[in-house]
Amino acid sequence: MPAASSWTLTIAVAVAVVALLPLGFVLWATVVTGWETAALLIFRGRVGELMVNTILLIFFTIPICTVVAVSLAWLTERSDLPGARLWSWLAVAPLAVPAFVHSYAWIGTWPSLHGLFAGVAISVVAYFPFLYLPLAAAFRLLDPALEDQAASLGLAPFAVFRRVVLPQLRLALCGGMLLIGLHLLAEYGLFAMIRFDTFTTAIIDQFQSTYNGTAAHMLALVLVLCCFVLLGLEATLRGHRRYARLGPGVARQLKIIRLGKWKYPCLLLPLTVAAFSLGIPALTIGRWLIAGGSGIWRMDEVGLSLIQTLAICLIGGLATTAAAVPIAWLSVRRPTRATRFLEGCYYLASSMPGVVVALALVTVTVRVMLPLYQTVATIVLAYVVMFLPRALVSLRASIAQVPVELEQAAASLGRSPGNALWSTTVRLAAPGAAAGVALASLGIINELTATQMLAPNGTRTLAMAFFALTGEIDYAGAAPYALLMVIFSMPLIWLLHYQSKKIAGR
Amino acid sequence: MTLLQLNSLRKRYGMVAALDGVDLSVAAGSRTAIVGPSGCGKTTLLRLVAGFDQPDDGTIVFGGQLLADGSAQVPAHKRGIGIVAQDGCLFPHLTVAQNIGFGLDAERAVKEAKAAELMGMVGLDRAMLSRRPDQLSGGQQQRVALARALARKPRLMLLDEPFSALDTGLRAATRKAVTDVLTAAGITTLLVTHDQGEALAFADQVAVMRAGKFAQVGTPREVYSKPVDPVTAAFLGEAIVLPAVIGEGRAESPLGLLPVDDTVYRGKAEIMLRPEQISVTQAGGAGAPGTIAEINFCGATSDVRITLGGAEAFSFRLDIPSREALFPGDRVMIGVSGAAHVFR
Repeated sequence: MPAASSWTLTIAVAVAVVALLPLGFVLWATVVTGWETAALLIFRGRVGELMVNTILLIFFTIPICTVVAVSLAWLTERSDLPGARLWSWLAVAPLAVPAFVHSYAWIGTWPSLHGLFAGVAISVVAYFPFLYLPLAAAFRLLDPALEDQAASLGLAPFAVFRRVVLPQLRLALCGGMLLIGLHLLAEYGLFAMIRFDTFTTAIIDQFQSTYNGTAAHMLALVLVLCCFVLLGLEATLRGHRRYARLGPGVARQLKIIRLGKWKYPCLLLPLTVAAFSLGIPALTIGRWLIAGGSGIWRMDEVGLSLIQTLAICLIGGLATTAAAVPIAWLSVRRPTRATRFLEGCYYLASSMPGVVVALALVTVTVRVMLPLYQTVATIVLAYVVMFLPRALVSLRASIAQVPVELEQAAASLGRSPGNALWSTTVRLAAPGAAAGVALASLGIINELTATQMLAPNGTRTLAMAFFALTGEIDYAGAAPYALLMVIFSMPLIWLLHYQSKKIAGR
Repeated sequence: MTLLQLNSLRKRYGMVAALDGVDLSVAAGSRTAIVGPSGCGKTTLLRLVAGFDQPDDGTIVFGGQLLADGSAQVPAHKRGIGIVAQDGCLFPHLTVAQNIGFGLDAERAVKEAKAAELMGMVGLDRAMLSRRPDQLSGGQQQRVALARALARKPRLMLLDEPFSALDTGLRAATRKAVTDVLTAAGITTLLVTHDQGEALAFADQVAVMRAGKFAQVGTPREVYSKPVDPVTAAFLGEAIVLPAVIGEGRAESPLGLLPVDDTVYRGKAEIMLRPEQISVTQAGGAGAPGTIAEINFCGATSDVRITLGGAEAFSFRLDIPSREALFPGDRVMIGVSGAAHVFR
């Protein structure tokens, strides 16, 4: 193996080891605790309650999200729904509103909202875009010839949808469902605000009262096991089959289904979804902004918070993308079992909830590297672990578009391997890297759980300030922070949507 | 008996008229090929018959039932017309057996038995039933697609360039297998292709299509030896078109006095000869004199350009068997067998 790739591999392995730190921490904590204590802490009523809550939450949220997302994706991509492009944007836009801001908006509208029903309702509006995005892309990629073929074999339109279209959406469905499931396990702010207890909220309660007890560690263990169950389920459902087009040729233009007299009834769905997922946040934030007047814009606090947030987003985004470069390059240029395994490690690490990552980094820094405790370095490390796959996906796509011959040409013109890589592939992959930074930043701007556990003293990001103010029932004071988070997320959502369309070849 | 009747079928896509008034009558149990260059509208025609698209105007009558008449139309899934597409179009998420049983409304065991029977019919090993489409070769996929369409016992089978994605050797074998199966089952077939050899070899009736219209419809022999115009002639094979003066069943041409297939016509016209009618021999034989202007050796045949003597120098290209070593400047004699075709 040439020197350049062995160096890259070394760095990639090192990053993977760091990324797997939280998992290692959970294992270590379990071993240290010992079986008897662990059993005592795990097999108790409280954990049972949390488990029931978690299962019910997932059990209701994911199917509802699926129905909403499949219907919306079909309407916007395959029917002549009036204003389909607009509705498509509005179906992605709720991602710009952090989950806990959705919660804040619903409580602002219905103050008595709490419990499972509230948890499911808010989760659906906050997370259905995670399914809508891949499904819309999958609908665009479907080969319409297969649907024609099915019709010629005597299948009525609905049967064609059930037997030909749905099976081909399986990958998108599985991926989106997994993403929503992992978010449901990891989310703190959304559920804390409506007083719905999940493992994550329970761990943070424990962390805040007893700082870093064994009880919290054992809850983290159960939470990690829940994540593994979801990952395993997804891997089983997804299967190993490729569903790509067989044979050569260009896919025919997709046929647009005429809704006819159903046109206006069908509009009700995107309208209702937009009203709940965008209307309610807009209404609540707007109402509090007006009620609060100019008094809530305490520029010293809001401004400082904004600058701190942007700075931490930029540093975190750059660090995440930089950490993703070695594995992105390796997975495109030297795809071997080893690099695929490494990539799997990154994905696994990032599916661990923020609270587990934070707990691990708190414990490790306090015990081993105290000077790093509550520093920018630690929190950036947490972001790298959590958001690396976002940067990886963009980077890999753009590196794959740069022909390897350019690198070879640069080398034949006398550049050293590193220099050749830098002056060709890295330069040309820059747009992908920028997109990677942006997508990682989008995660960071909305991140609350790990941030509030790890942030240096005196740091108050928009999310932290927002959550603290709502905790004090200062809903008006929190509104400017919510507004700023939404405004700064908007362009990043646009980028996300644009990218998913580009991947689908439009 | 006519099974399928198309009457002045029209279809526009935006400004482009894909079909500009097409009439066709397909007899039950026959094989019809629609042949034309890409973009001539032949696939559009097939999609209209299958029911995937609606005609703007005109009617489609199938077995006495009106399938489409511009406004109303019977949807594809109620037509009972089978189709085998260019790339087979197998469902990638299903096994071969599931693909074949896809259109059957029966119990699993019945479907499996039927799938096994059809596999034998199209000449594939039953061991492949549990495979996925991406584990089959192109020719095998094509046969599975045929089996899948046959499972529903359609009265009409549409073949949309089903052999063009296959490589040359496989193409002929697959075509023969498909033809045999369809003939044995007595299924009327409509083939669309851009390959004139395929169309001539496959069909009882050939429709030559150009720019949304049929230029000529007839038996393969008819359209090949008596094409309606030089463009059709050239599309169906190599053609040597010569100016001539016709009278009393003979033509005065640069190749001398030739018999023609038109005993009535008198006056100036173009005549056509197929290369297989022409023999080139070294000077001394019978026929019209000419000179080799260019020669390219291509193995079994040589590509030559021959200039004819006489007042107005006339030249044409021709593939001849590479029997004798000929060189540019060699004088040759050109013999013609059979009658020349007159374009009136």
